[in-house]
Amino acid sequence: MSESWAIVLAVGAGTMAIKAAGPVLLGSRPLPAQVQRVVALLAPALLAALVATAALASGQQLVIDARLLGLAAAAVALALRAPVLLVGAIAAAAAAVARLAGLG
Amino acid sequence: MDLAPPIRFELRRGAVTAIPLAIAVGLFGVSFGVLSASTGGMGALPAIVMSATTFAGSAQFAAASVLAGGGGPVTAILAALLLNARYLPIGVSVARFMLGGRVARFVQSQLVVDESWAIASRGGGEFDPHRLVGAGVVLWCAWVAGTVIGVLGGEALGDPAALGLDAAFPALFLALLVPQLGGRRARAAAALGAGIAVVLVPFTPAGVPIIAAAGAAVIGLVRR
Repeated sequence: MSESWAIVLAVGAGTMAIKAAGPVLLGSRPLPAQVQRVVALLAPALLAALVATAALASGQQLVIDARLLGLAAAAVALALRAPVLLVGAIAAAAAAVARLAGLG
Repeated sequence: MDLAPPIRFELRRGAVTAIPLAIAVGLFGVSFGVLSASTGGMGALPAIVMSATTFAGSAQFAAASVLAGGGGPVTAILAALLLNARYLPIGVSVARFMLGGRVARFVQSQLVVDESWAIASRGGGEFDPHRLVGAGVVLWCAWVAGTVIGVLGGEALGDPAALGLDAAFPALFLALLVPQLGGRRARAAAALGAGIAVVLVPFTPAGVPIIAAAGAAVIGLVRR
């Protein structure tokens, strides 16, 4: 049990420090233009990486399963301008149906 | 609190935009709670305290999975902090838009998660701090409430994978990504980031592929 609390403390303190470092230490100083151009691309780069790993990674393995089908369904829903909650629900439903059918 | 109308508008806008994501985050919190309360997990109370203080779903999940898989505490801590390292560049990206003194900035910085950050983005590297706070508070409540439900409800809820819940996450991240894709450089950074992450998955511990994908943003330095 004390092991659990050690993890909670270490991860909690570490994460708080990581999150706070930029906002507290940098303050409102504007970043140099070059840095700003890089920072502007962090969102698309990281979000695309999260899409890819959440859809394909299972631990340290790449697997093609029902999640990819759900993602494809979500892409169609997004192209049709469906609201975000519906997009998530469609992806979940597509994956659940695929699993019922014995795929992935 | 007496807030000027535009501030209230952006706070509310952030909160409302976050609701669909908060539902998914809440359900994710439920599965974190279930995993933590099961045999070999970290236990009910630590799980709830962790959700309230760490507030970073994927990292908490990584720590809980390492423990549940028989890994040691040091591995669990490293896996979680590695996943959260992305909040260093993310924090830097929002730093100059945050308001108030050091304490206020500290509190605002703790409300930054992938989803609140994406909602606060106005494109071109600009962020709205009020939208960030509105979204962050809603997401924090959903995450903690979900964890509590998972810890208490346990096995009655069944396997999240059977409900397709794991497939909702890439879809929700995709929904956050699409508005960020204005411009050729953004699309190139996205493609490169996804590519880097996928290539690294088999060779690196969980979390590293995401951190490495941040390197794709360096193409912002390339002259057109």
